Amino acid sequence: MTDPFDGPVVLPDDPSLGPEVQVDFPGYRSTRWRAPSRPLATLPEELHALDGPVFGESALAPLDSDLTRQHAGEPIGERITVTGRVLDDRGRPQRGTLVEIWQANACGRYHHEVDQHPAPLDPNFSGAGRCLTDDEGRYSFTTIKPGSYPWGNHPNAWRPAHIHFSLFGHAFEQRLVTQMYFPGDPLFPYDPIFNAVRDPKSRELLISRFDLARTQPEWALAFEWDIVLRSTPFEE
Amino acid sequence: MSRLGRTPSQTVGPFYAIGLCRRRDDELDPEGVELTGLLLDGRDEPVWDGMIEVWDSAARRWGRSNTDRGGRFRLRVRGDAEVLEAFVFARGLLRHQRTRIYLRDSQDEVLGSLAPDDRATLIAQAEDGGFRFDIRMQGPRATVFFAH
Repeated sequence: MTDPFDGPVVLPDDPSLGPEVQVDFPGYRSTRWRAPSRPLATLPEELHALDGPVFGESALAPLDSDLTRQHAGEPIGERITVTGRVLDDRGRPQRGTLVEIWQANACGRYHHEVDQHPAPLDPNFSGAGRCLTDDEGRYSFTTIKPGSYPWGNHPNAWRPAHIHFSLFGHAFEQRLVTQMYFPGDPLFPYDPIFNAVRDPKSRELLISRFDLARTQPEWALAFEWDIVLRSTPFEE
Repeated sequence: MSRLGRTPSQTVGPFYAIGLCRRRDDELDPEGVELTGLLLDGRDEPVWDGMIEVWDSAARRWGRSNTDRGGRFRLRVRGDAEVLEAFVFARGLLRHQRTRIYLRDSQDEVLGSLAPDDRATLIAQAEDGGFRFDIRMQGPRATVFFAH
């Protein structure tokens, strides 16, 4: 029997696939039994051009974009805003994109039953938000800065602080799930998930920028992060 | 024409449900039939922290389901749909994977291009008035995934 971990499986080198992401990355252990071990099959062109689900205001609840106001009290931690634009790779704003985020609290603990990191839960922080991009493709969240946390991947493994992002574009294949990091995190060189993106320039695209101009005096630090989705084939 | 660099994919991680499964999104068709199955890893063990998203493009209906402790997802879909587009997300997947769920056998171009054993991995089985579709990430019976 061949060892499925024989060699890395890399997505085909097709520029339309975007930044190359190695699906079976030895440093990230759980890829071993989960990443597809066989070559990917191909679909006819029209199935790459399918449009996708459209979400409207009904997908949102009040306070979905402000993670600091979802409970009776305020969460502990550094209050921040995270804003940016969703664009396609031709620079066109992607309006009406559903952006969903989730994150650990300031201590590095998720409000999830499986997370057993011995750091306190914050009764005033669920760590989840949603918004739709506006006509300029802009999204905006108010939240608290997440903490780093340990994980079992290897001895003394710690994740750099990050916020998970999920986006639906207009086309089915614009779907993107990713993570936003904070500038200057000392854990970057040690994190196999971050480093699974092998091109250093592409990795940089995962790191937000501190934005003094948007920082609200006496209130919240601001981070800016633009997200670039693939262009939809039927618009070309 | 120069293009902007695209934001790379990162894994959905083990705790996605706090963000993505807060609301019930598992009914593409509330009047429909159940589509259920197991998400299994390369050792045939259930993937308890996976998520399936399904898009019925013919009817423009979308839904998603987390997998439970036993690796099982559950959705309600149009019983007369022919094929559903599906994405698989999980801890350990650096990028989501694309597959198709055929609720009945078909002569279409996609199935026609596959060897019989591979073809069978994309066809749901009728079960209890609904459909059963297991997803295997690896192994000799691995589900066919498509480049996307």
